[in-house]
Amino acid sequence: MQAGGAMIKKKTSCIKYTKWGYIFLIPFFLVYTVFSLIPLISTFYNSFFENYMSGLTQVGPNFVGLANYNGLFENTNLLKFTQNTLIMWLMGFIPQICVSLLLAAWFTNIRLKIRGKQFFKVIIYMPNLIMAAAFSMLFFAIFSDIGPINDLLMRLGILDEPFRFLSSVGGTRGLVALMNFLMWFGNTTILLMAGMMGIDVSLFEAAEVDGAKAFEIFRMITMPLLRPIFIYVLITSLIGGIQMFDVPQILTNGSGSPNNSSMTLIMYLNKHLYSKNYGMAGALSVILFICTAVLSLLIYFKFTKKEN
Amino acid sequence: MMEKERSGVAGLKIKRALIHIVLILLTIICLLPFYILLINSTRNHVDIQKGFSILPGKAFLKNFQNLMSNPNLPVLRGIFNSFIVASGSAVLTTYFSSLTAYAIHAYDFKGKKTIFTFILMIMMVPTQVSALGFVDLMRDMNLTNNFIPLIAPSIAAPVVFFFMKQYMESALPIEIVEAGRIDGAHEFRAFNTIVLPIMKPAIAVQAIFAFTSSWNNYFIPSLILDKKDMKTLPILIAQLRSADFLKFDMGQVYMMIAISIFPVMIVYFLVSKSIVQGVALGSVKG
Repeated sequence: MQAGGAMIKKKTSCIKYTKWGYIFLIPFFLVYTVFSLIPLISTFYNSFFENYMSGLTQVGPNFVGLANYNGLFENTNLLKFTQNTLIMWLMGFIPQICVSLLLAAWFTNIRLKIRGKQFFKVIIYMPNLIMAAAFSMLFFAIFSDIGPINDLLMRLGILDEPFRFLSSVGGTRGLVALMNFLMWFGNTTILLMAGMMGIDVSLFEAAEVDGAKAFEIFRMITMPLLRPIFIYVLITSLIGGIQMFDVPQILTNGSGSPNNSSMTLIMYLNKHLYSKNYGMAGALSVILFICTAVLSLLIYFKFTKKEN
Repeated sequence: MMEKERSGVAGLKIKRALIHIVLILLTIICLLPFYILLINSTRNHVDIQKGFSILPGKAFLKNFQNLMSNPNLPVLRGIFNSFIVASGSAVLTTYFSSLTAYAIHAYDFKGKKTIFTFILMIMMVPTQVSALGFVDLMRDMNLTNNFIPLIAPSIAAPVVFFFMKQYMESALPIEIVEAGRIDGAHEFRAFNTIVLPIMKPAIAVQAIFAFTSSWNNYFIPSLILDKKDMKTLPILIAQLRSADFLKFDMGQVYMMIAISIFPVMIVYFLVSKSIVQGVALGSVKG
């Protein structure tokens, strides 16, 4: 990597200073072990035990092998909540990726000379930093039956009577998706822009000389070269989607109403944690861990393979 | 090229106009909820129930006073608690992530590559999946209703570490450190006096990210804190949501949301440029 002289210098200093590399890593690994690794192992361990409160009596902990997992899979709830989570994620992600691709393509196209680019970037990224709990509470207030949005829609003549967003499945899921969309499309736009700006401009110029249309250029040049970032965005968003909690939890007050249609996997986990059903909570955590681990490994190999 | 451009000028103009309309619409969608929030936090309960308004009311101070003196919601205490937890996390995470990144960046030692890979691997593990063991352990260590479990874990933040490492690769040539060594600087002192000042821009960006994500965090704090005096803002918001909504003074509800949202928003707008750059630079965020 470096010239010969520097190599030798580095080597001699290495022997003397190597121990400092280890010393500086101590805080990270100490804290990681105490606050993440041990809890993770203990969560796995708990998943093999029957351990819950039945009324006021504590049941367990008794070793039950995979009974908690069987219990989870036998119950239709897990499937239903997985579906809910994925549906709400998709309802937010599809418009998010479309809008972000479009915006990123516009912002990076010098010929369009878009005004106030920096301003738009600042505005669209802003919702990402907003407290999800407060954002959700805000939506709960403004989309309530007599709230300002219903009032606005009626005054504009779009609605004749208030639409009860939180009593309808589509309304509730739609609001969750809308909030997720608003919170993440700015972030995605910025990531995609970074990817697009990395593409060699001469490729576009060559295509233009060959008479390619804007959409053709986008499909044949931008998209293939953007693939790694696109996959990265897709998978990290999915991992984020699996963790969906604050927004639906506050919006529905933890009930996942109407009729459990907006109950997500983490809300389900939270329920088990509060009712102190540690066996079930453990098994659910392990399942979620495996899902995210598989997705993360996909990214990891995708990117390390590219480098080699 | 030139001819083509000229013939397409009219088309380009229409396209540009359309794009700007779309951008303005998106801006409105992004800002409308916050505009309603701002307006409604200045109106009293009766006015708010009348519906949407473009103009602000006159009840801002009154809503604020009512909320502050609400005995069921210790908001002032909540702001204080949130602030302590968020700034504690921001300081610890930036300092120790820089230190960890420096260890990987500046030293050559056995197992360095494995350690680096390991940190990258754990980056994506959500905190929720170990929440059960975490809460259990904190209970055993007698750390519930304590801020330590909310602040200390930020010392091991793989995402911040990764950002710092990226930044060091572009901004911290190893020669600078070696020059310090020749001057006889102790390794730890060299980190504090030479490396940290160079890292300032990265630290500033990550401090803001860490502060906001801790300020906004709801899942773990709600499992650790249940004493009234220890609650942070997101927990108070959830409490407000679970209270019987119709009995509530909507002026106070909007004021409470405003207090949770607007401080972060103001800070963001002040330093937005470096934040937006930071997002692209780190390219890894929650």
